[in-house]
Amino acid sequence: MTSLTLVRRIRARPSIVFEALTTPDGIAQWWGPDDGPVLLAETDVRVGGRFQVRFRMLDGSEHESSGEYLEVVASKRLVMSWQWTSGGEPDEHDELSRVEIDLKPIDAGTEITFTHARLKTEDSRSSHERGWAGALDKLARRFSSERLADGRAEDLIGEHAK
Amino acid sequence: MVNYSERHLDRTFAALTDRTRRAILARLEREHSASVTELAKPFAIKLPAVMKHLDVLDEAGLITRSKSGRVVTVRLSPEAMKEAMDWLRRYERFWSSSLDRLAAYAERKEDEARKKAR
Repeated sequence: MTSLTLVRRIRARPSIVFEALTTPDGIAQWWGPDDGPVLLAETDVRVGGRFQVRFRMLDGSEHESSGEYLEVVASKRLVMSWQWTSGGEPDEHDELSRVEIDLKPIDAGTEITFTHARLKTEDSRSSHERGWAGALDKLARRFSSERLADGRAEDLIGEHAK
Repeated sequence: MVNYSERHLDRTFAALTDRTRRAILARLEREHSASVTELAKPFAIKLPAVMKHLDVLDEAGLITRSKSGRVVTVRLSPEAMKEAMDWLRRYERFWSSSLDRLAAYAERKEDEARKKAR
């Protein structure tokens, strides 16, 4: 399994960050890879509840992803499945992935650890249990970063294997 | 339905989970190409075992083999790694940009909440 982990420090208390992550009004403010608008955001924030978010990119293309909340701990932790239901990457339309978000209170506000993990077949999952190291770790480390609240960017976190 | 590209990527990641196979890839990255005999030398395993590892790497699309007379030359094939890296790069872009805006929004809300509390 490979996954992407991003860690950020945000100058806001965890309850405010959690609200931004889970309410339709909050999601409309930030979701998507560029400054294009969020067209639809629906959330049913409880274990087994679903979310659905549709956004338009600046190139005019529209994309929609949806999933199910798997763990919900207010102001602390959010786990959800993730799938493109429209637009997105054509290669990935049948692929279910997993998003894990942990919020930790810090003096300056909140440290958010965000992981998007690609779920693999049983086959590769069992080989994964024998342990990852080396090449793949190096590969993933390049894609992780920590951006501190004051705007400094640093490479920090590597491949996050569970 | 699982598409070709997805199955292919599974094989790539599975192939990378073995220490010997990663060592073979690392060496090919340094030396560009090597014969099977040369590749087998540093390992305390027999040639047939090395051949099996090469089969796995070949099926995952990570190496290519070409035969000239009695010598089989092994080369690195970067396309499979590229696909895995593309996945990471795509989501890095998506979430990094989203989290930047999430942070800006939450910080605005925090400022508002503090002003109200005064």
